[in-house]
Formats: sequence, C-alpha cells, structure tokens
Amino acid sequence: MSDDGNEAATAANDTAANDIVIAARGLTKRYNGLSVVDAINFDIVRGEVFGLLGPNGAGKTTTILMMLGLTDISAGKVSVLGYDPARSPLQVKRRVGYLPDTVGFYEHLTAVENLSYTAKLMGLSATERPRRIAAALARVQLLDVADKRVATFSRGMRQRLGLAEIIVKQAEIAILDEPTSGLDPQATHEFLGLIGELKAEGVTVLLSSHLLDQVQRVCNRVALFQAGRIVLMGPVADLARQVLGAGFVVEVEADGAGLARRLATIPGVTDVETLAEDRFRMTADRDVRPDAARAVVAANGSLRRLSVDEPSLEAIYARYFKTHKEPFAGARHAA
Amino acid sequence: MRREGSPFQGLGTVAVKELADNLSSARMFVLEMLIVLTALAALYGAIDNLRQNTAEDPFLLLRLFTVDRAPLPSFIAILGFLIPLMAIGLGFDSINGEHNRRTLSRILAQPIYRDALLMGKFLAGLATLAISLAALWLMVIGLGLIFLGVPPGGEEIARSLAFLVVAIFYAGVWLSLAMLLSIVFRSAATAALVALGVWLFLTVLWPMLAPALAQVIAPPDPRFAALGLDTPDTAIWAQTLSRVSPNHLFGEAMLAVLSPTTRSLGPVFLDQLRGAVMGAPLPLGQSLLIAWPQMVALIAGTIVLFVAGYVVFQRQEVRA
Repeated sequence: MSDDGNEAATAANDTAANDIVIAARGLTKRYNGLSVVDAINFDIVRGEVFGLLGPNGAGKTTTILMMLGLTDISAGKVSVLGYDPARSPLQVKRRVGYLPDTVGFYEHLTAVENLSYTAKLMGLSATERPRRIAAALARVQLLDVADKRVATFSRGMRQRLGLAEIIVKQAEIAILDEPTSGLDPQATHEFLGLIGELKAEGVTVLLSSHLLDQVQRVCNRVALFQAGRIVLMGPVADLARQVLGAGFVVEVEADGAGLARRLATIPGVTDVETLAEDRFRMTADRDVRPDAARAVVAANGSLRRLSVDEPSLEAIYARYFKTHKEPFAGARHAA
Repeated sequence: MRREGSPFQGLGTVAVKELADNLSSARMFVLEMLIVLTALAALYGAIDNLRQNTAEDPFLLLRLFTVDRAPLPSFIAILGFLIPLMAIGLGFDSINGEHNRRTLSRILAQPIYRDALLMGKFLAGLATLAISLAALWLMVIGLGLIFLGVPPGGEEIARSLAFLVVAIFYAGVWLSLAMLLSIVFRSAATAALVALGVWLFLTVLWPMLAPALAQVIAPPDPRFAALGLDTPDTAIWAQTLSRVSPNHLFGEAMLAVLSPTTRSLGPVFLDQLRGAVMGAPLPLGQSLLIAWPQMVALIAGTIVLFVAGYVVFQRQEVRA
C-alpha cells in the first residue's frame, strides 16, 4: 500500500516537472490474441493540441478508451494526469472530457436536461449546475435552442452540445474522437474555432481524425497510426522533412529557353518536374522562390506565377502510406 | 487489482433519471392501461360473483384477488400473465438502447462506474413496477370497500401486502431477464423477441410440457392408474418441473398467501392430514411459511439473473 503511495507521488512529481499530462509506455490492447494497439509510447504536454491520425481501424479509438479506463489494458501502462485509468478511472474521468465519435443524446430530453443529467453525474452542486450549463451553451452558441429537444438538433449542433458537456466539466484534458467527421464545411470551421478557444484557455486537446487538413490547422503535434502502431510522431513540419525529404514544393509558371535546366542548378533544389511546357514543380529543402525568379529573368523568360506549398499533412500521409504499404504487400505475396 | 472509488457513485442520479423516463414514457402508459383495464374486468367479475354467491367469509377482501367468473380468469391469474409483459416492456432496451443511441460511452465517460448505470436502471425499473403494483393493490382494496362494503381486517391487509411483495419480486425476475437480454443482444428487437419467447414458453407451453416430461422421466405405475390415482413419483416430478417457471412459483405463493385454507402446495398423504381441521384457515405465519420457498426462489431468481447481466456488462466493450 505504501509502495503504491510512493509510486503515485513520484508520478505526480514527474508530471509537474515536465508538465506531461498523458504518458503511455508500451500500451497494448489485444483482442483474441490480435494486437489492435501494439506497444505504443507517447507523451502529451499540457496545453498542446495533439492529433491522432490514421485510417479507420488503426487503433485510435481503442487508445482513447484505454486512457479513459473504458476498456482493459492488455499490457503496458498509461498515466493520465498522474493517475492510472485502470485503477482510478473516476479520478481520470472527473478531469478528462470525452466526446465520442457520433455522440448521442437522449432525444426526448432538451439540451439543458441532457447536460444537467451529466452534470449531476459529474457531482456538481445544484447551484453550480445551471450557471455552468448556461455559460457552456452560450460558448457553443446553443443558448437559443437550450430548451428544445435534442431530437430536432442537426449533427453539428449535437457535436457542439458534446463540446458544451466538456466545458461544463471544466476538463483539463479534452479528448475528441473524430469530432468533425460528417460536418459540413461551415460547421467544421466553427467547431475548429471552438477547439482553438479551448486551447487558448490552456486545455490540453487530444484530437483523433482521418481528415488531415483540419488536424493540420489546429494541431501542434500529430501521431500517425498504422495497424496499431505509431509510425510517425512530431510537429507537422518535422514530419514533412522526414517523409517528403524536403520541406518546400515551389511551382513556377514561366517560359524561357532551357528553364528546367536552370532551375535544377539552383542550390538546394533536389528535383524539378516539368508539369507542362511552361510549368515546373521544384522540390527543395528551403524556400527557393527568389532564386527561381532570378533564374527566369536570367533566361529572358516572363514569370507568370510563383507559388510555394506549405508542407501538407495530406502529402506526408499519402507519401508515407505509398512507400510503406508496398513492402507489406510484397511480403504477403512472398509468403 | 482493486479499483478506487465507490461503485455507487451516481447511482441515485441514474435511478431518478430512469424512473422519470419510465413514468413519463408512452410505452409505460400503454402497459399500465392494459393491466388496469384487464384487472378491472377481472375484479368486476369477482365482485359480481361474491355478491351473489358468498354469504359470509372471514376473508372477503382476499377473495377479490382469487375468485374468477368465466370466461375471465381471476385477478391473480391475470397479473401472473401480464406482470412479465410489463417488466419486459421496461427492460428489453435498457442497455442496448444506450448503445444504439450512442449515449453509453458519453455517460460512462462521466465519473461513475458501470455498476451505477446498471444498478440504477434496474432499481428504477423495479421502482416503476412497484409503484404500478401498489396502485393496483390500492385499487383492489378501494373497489372492495366500495362494492362489498366490508372493511378489511388487519390480517387481510397483511396478506395482501405479502401479495404485493411477492408480485414485485415476480416482476423483478422478468425485469432482470429482460435487462440481461438487453445486454447480451445489441438489437433491441432481438432482445424483446427472445424475452417474449421465454415468457410465452414459460407461461403457456411449460405448464403443458412439464407433466408430459414427468411421465417420461417417471412413467406412471399402472397399479395406481387402476385405482384412479396419480403415481406419486410422476406427480412430484411434474410439480418440480413446473416450478422452473416463475409463473408457477408466483401462482403457488399467491395460493398459499391469499387462500388461508391452503395447507400444502404439493401432494399430501392422507396420514399427514391426521388431526387437521379441514377448511379451517391457517394463521398468517403458517401461510407465509408454506409460500416461503416460492418467495425465496423468486427473490433468488431476480438476483441471479441480475448478477448474470452484471457480469456480462462489466466485460462488454463500450464502443459501438
């Protein structure tokens, strides 16, 4: 018993020192001997927005459920705010808000009734509840439909109501599972704005998604899941360097004699692709736009367009799975 | 590994919310109407019968429960048939409904254990049934007062209260079963069909099958048959098998509690009746003693089925 106490105290100290709120070590989940989540490690720092990316079935939701103590951990351990979710799930769930994918509400109850039920389960006092619920509904712009039945709500409104629940809880960590899938662009935009507000308040946000551009817009760091493993982790820019080799893709639209050759000689350029007679795509490890402009002028050409692509997660993702799937397929054929 | 915190945290909140849902649901209203109207018809028959045929009876009120007038069965027989329907109606979608509405993972992400959710739902269901049955009980006593004009005695009230308790646990068995099925089957329709199937089997088919099975297990002795008597072994087997059905247990317990002259629920040898004053009512304690095994069986059935559901639910995956 005293051992456990010491362990918990050490864990709390570690957390305070590095401000790591979630730490997973060798976290594994097996169903019938099949590893759905396979010995993953990650640390999430207080206040960051961390993205869990990957195709459906890659183990993102299972990882989330293990962090909340909603499913058993087969091996390894995870600590959430210094607590072990398998051992003290109530402590974890008191501090962590969870928005499941395709969140559901009691259709015959109003928005306020739904929230006050969960607020009661959170153990909030009768005086605290109405105040927090009204504030949360105002934050997610649902105050004018607060007394309408949830049955009449659109998908976007339901997602915002789910977020309101996390706000009512005043959670330190918000775990959002596929929060924007199935939302229209306007609703998605609003929802991402709300996530940004949470982040500004110092809430740590864990976001799982397969919609890459959204993740890229809000996440500080991402972890790329594949078949139960984290294959890549870090800030998007770092991943771009790792996977794409070079960070910058510059497109040039210009004419001029021997332009492709001239562009290729610019220092830092690794590849020049000729898309059309007057369009070229350069891959470089730095922003080579000024050099490209000089090259066009030197070739007596007329420069019509010069653009640089931000390193996109989409490109990283596509490139990663393109290069890493083929060996698997080969191995399977060989077997 | 021990988990920390109380499994009962949030129990009251869940139970109150579910009770409010149950009491305000249209489904409950329909079931209650069904039972009240059928029960009223049975009571009307009973009152009519008692007015015409009974001159004097120390347990006039209790007769209301047990007397029937063809073609309607007695109040007790109707309850024995319809209480399961009400309990199944309350329980068949309690857990899989949360799954299908996708509210389960959201609720379980709040600081409560699954225990509180399941227990709260069960207690709310049982409370709903208890409220309905208590209302029915009051209705019987009230109608008795109005139409028979005889104030009930203390023992009659005590016996009818025993009826209420047994009826609640009889409902509990079916509620536990319905909730177990709602945990096992992800589709509410499947759970409802299986529960109704079990109900029809145990209340309609099993009373016919049990004697037939008893004859297979212990074939009747032709010597008893020649005397026009039942073979004791066969009769005992038939009774034992019948008691598998909660419906039969409920009927037996009600017979002992509401008909004070009942001296035994099984086959009796003549020498066991030596010295008995036939037709004289037993004291309340003795009647309860006769019904005790049946009552315990119903309570145990409720608990065992609930525990089975509990174990399955604890091991179930939350994700849809």
